[in-house]
Amino acid sequence: MVVPLEHVIVLSLTLFSTGVLGVLFRRNAITIFMSIELMLNAVNLALVGFSRYYNSVDGQVFVFLVMTLAAAEVAVGLAIIIALYRNRQTVNIDEINLMKN
Amino acid sequence: MVLNRNAVYSAISLVLCFFSLAVIYLLLEAYFIAVLEIFIYAGAIMVLFLFVIMLLNLGREKALEHFMHLQRGLSMFLVVLFFLGIFFLLLNDTSVLHQPEGGFVAGGVYSLGEALFTKYLLPFEVASLLLLVALIGTVYLAKRKI
Repeated sequence: MVVPLEHVIVLSLTLFSTGVLGVLFRRNAITIFMSIELMLNAVNLALVGFSRYYNSVDGQVFVFLVMTLAAAEVAVGLAIIIALYRNRQTVNIDEINLMKN
Repeated sequence: MVLNRNAVYSAISLVLCFFSLAVIYLLLEAYFIAVLEIFIYAGAIMVLFLFVIMLLNLGREKALEHFMHLQRGLSMFLVVLFFLGIFFLLLNDTSVLHQPEGGFVAGGVYSLGEALFTKYLLPFEVASLLLLVALIGTVYLAKRKI
């Protein structure tokens, strides 16, 4: 049984919208980071769906590269968050206004 | 996951979401990607997240004293607009995507590895370079008092 492309795209769209809402609504830097991961996963799902639809393995290579990028991004981002927490004692992005004034 | 104020609950929900996505990849016959999803996302990345949450000892996010109705409403509206836009585009016009004939090469290790080491060799090497840069950057950020 083949999963129709439309279903995959709608699920991917839902996940992406959830991630965008998480970035916009949450104020905890780590939760925002997790929402970004959710968006990357939505894009991965769309890539795999299209790869299945077009009978090609190229999309899955892109997914592989996106996963590499996500791993690198998480390592650097969490290091930045920890450095931020050391200096400001908070991860609430409302209170981090270093570049204001 | 997004609605919860506690970061730990969000992280656990995200792990559940990754496992469900891995099952969907299996349904789409992307076997190697499904295994990678569990290994990298549910294994490595979420452990990093949980570790940092534990390290920073995060509690519940406090509610705002002023709720920002305008911004929240506007962002909700824009996201719904984005969702419905692509949704109706998809409903109306799937005829442009015509599926080629022929059997599917399942995304096992063999076919994926063949594509990765012949057609996409350069992006593969650049990805390894990116990982090296991320590694050095992380060590630098963690070591020095900034």
